[in-house]
Amino acid sequence: MKKGIITVIGKDTVGIIANTCTYLADHNINILDISQTIVEDYFNMMMIVDLTSNLESIEAHVDNLAKLGESIGVIIKLQLEDIFNEMHRI
Amino acid sequence: MINFFEVYETKDMIESENLDVRTITMGINLMDCADEDVNAFNEKIYNKITTYAKDLVKVGESISKEYGVPIVNKRISVTPIALAASSCKTKDYVSIAKTLDRAAETVGVNFIGGFSALVSKGMTPSDEMLIRSIPEALASTKHVCSSVNVGSTRSGVNMDAVKLIGEIILETAEATKEADSIGCARFVVFTNAPDDNPFMAGAFHGVTEADVVINVGVSGPGVVLRAVEKCRGESLEVLSETIKKVAFKITRVGQMVAKEAARRLNVPFGIIDLSLAPTPAIGDSIADILCEMGLEYVGAPGTTAALAMLNDSVKKGGAMASSNVGGLSGAFIPVSEDQGMINAVKVGALSIEKLEAMTCVCSVGLDMIAIPGSTKATTIAGIIADEMAIGMINQKTTAVRIIPVIGKDVGDIVEFGGLLGYAPIMPVNNFDCSKFINRGGKIPAPIHSFKN
Repeated sequence: MKKGIITVIGKDTVGIIANTCTYLADHNINILDISQTIVEDYFNMMMIVDLTSNLESIEAHVDNLAKLGESIGVIIKLQLEDIFNEMHRI
Repeated sequence: MINFFEVYETKDMIESENLDVRTITMGINLMDCADEDVNAFNEKIYNKITTYAKDLVKVGESISKEYGVPIVNKRISVTPIALAASSCKTKDYVSIAKTLDRAAETVGVNFIGGFSALVSKGMTPSDEMLIRSIPEALASTKHVCSSVNVGSTRSGVNMDAVKLIGEIILETAEATKEADSIGCARFVVFTNAPDDNPFMAGAFHGVTEADVVINVGVSGPGVVLRAVEKCRGESLEVLSETIKKVAFKITRVGQMVAKEAARRLNVPFGIIDLSLAPTPAIGDSIADILCEMGLEYVGAPGTTAALAMLNDSVKKGGAMASSNVGGLSGAFIPVSEDQGMINAVKVGALSIEKLEAMTCVCSVGLDMIAIPGSTKATTIAGIIADEMAIGMINQKTTAVRIIPVIGKDVGDIVEFGGLLGYAPIMPVNNFDCSKFINRGGKIPAPIHSFKN
């Protein structure tokens, strides 16, 4: 399974999770795990998603999610999980 | 499974501490392009480079996007041209440099290295022709990098070549004087040059290498700086352990990118170069790390010791993170590319002599140092000879990339732009060494070369 990590950071507002999840559902990307906190009005979310059926279009999803983030005033970033595993797991 | 804290640590490194992969460099063998006709040779090397590297930039950009880590440069190194072109019947090698430049433009890389000669024991006619072509080759190209290896621990230092290089550097400065002698920034002279260095200006594809290979240089002074900041007041052992840990993390990213690039390009993975490479960006400085370790400015007493420990800790941490380590692997201390170094020169804390001492304990050498354009060729040769002797005796790579800026003098500032940065002109010790340089010949191989 090829996993991706989506991080969302920004000022808390209505519909951040809804917008992000709708995009993922529309593209058949399954969410494996979500953790989220709000610190002093700042919204912080991390999702682990399954990209196995989307391997050819990862670059497009990176761009689309970044644009989606812009439109709702947060920063959304998709990265392949490997970079985190390589750095933090021996 | 990966947790929140780890994800944000990595994101901070990339987004606020300038963690990046400095370069993916594809090494390409050109020995099979040999031809008596220089035009035929040029056509063969152009075709080979543009075929092998046609996807290099695209793959680099895809990896960068998918993993969310910047890959700053995509570059090419080729077999030293003095070897590959040695059967060409021609009067100079400038047309070959122009062909390399055109190939670099076509595939979209910013530098192509390997307009090089290996002359540590003696010069062939081809080596000499290449060296004499350097000023015009660099003046008439934008992307070509040139290097000459003039010494090694095994064979000593070729002082005839050192003398010639002193003159060639001045000629290159003169040929590019309209642009602050920037041609010299693309030329480096080595002792013990590695075959697999991915960093410019000294990259070339050594003759012991495979037909094509991917080498990767990582970076991350900003990440190390942040880690060192967290150890204020702690002992040096704690500091060393901390640096080792972050060096491991940085290098793992490089290893992952290298393996992925090699896989996607269907080219063997060569090495990771564990160098801390600064840029002129604020917070991306080796000098700042040394200051954070406890120095007022780089150049203060203690600088060499601090640098030695930093360099060694980076290597210890990085060695375990990569399956193959090579290249230069150390901390770079270029002056113009590091804001902290520039500041130290401006206040008078850092001199060429102190930089020379620092090069004994780190890679690579006197790097990106601007000196007055009026400096004599023999004085430049003397500076090179000193640096080469350090490499020869200490069994390490040393290099000199020095820029005599025509028309400028101590106190002036020279602007190179981009990653090359800017530099104050540094004073040179002008006491004469011409009688020593003009003796010619070579410094024999040192006693510890006799190991068999």
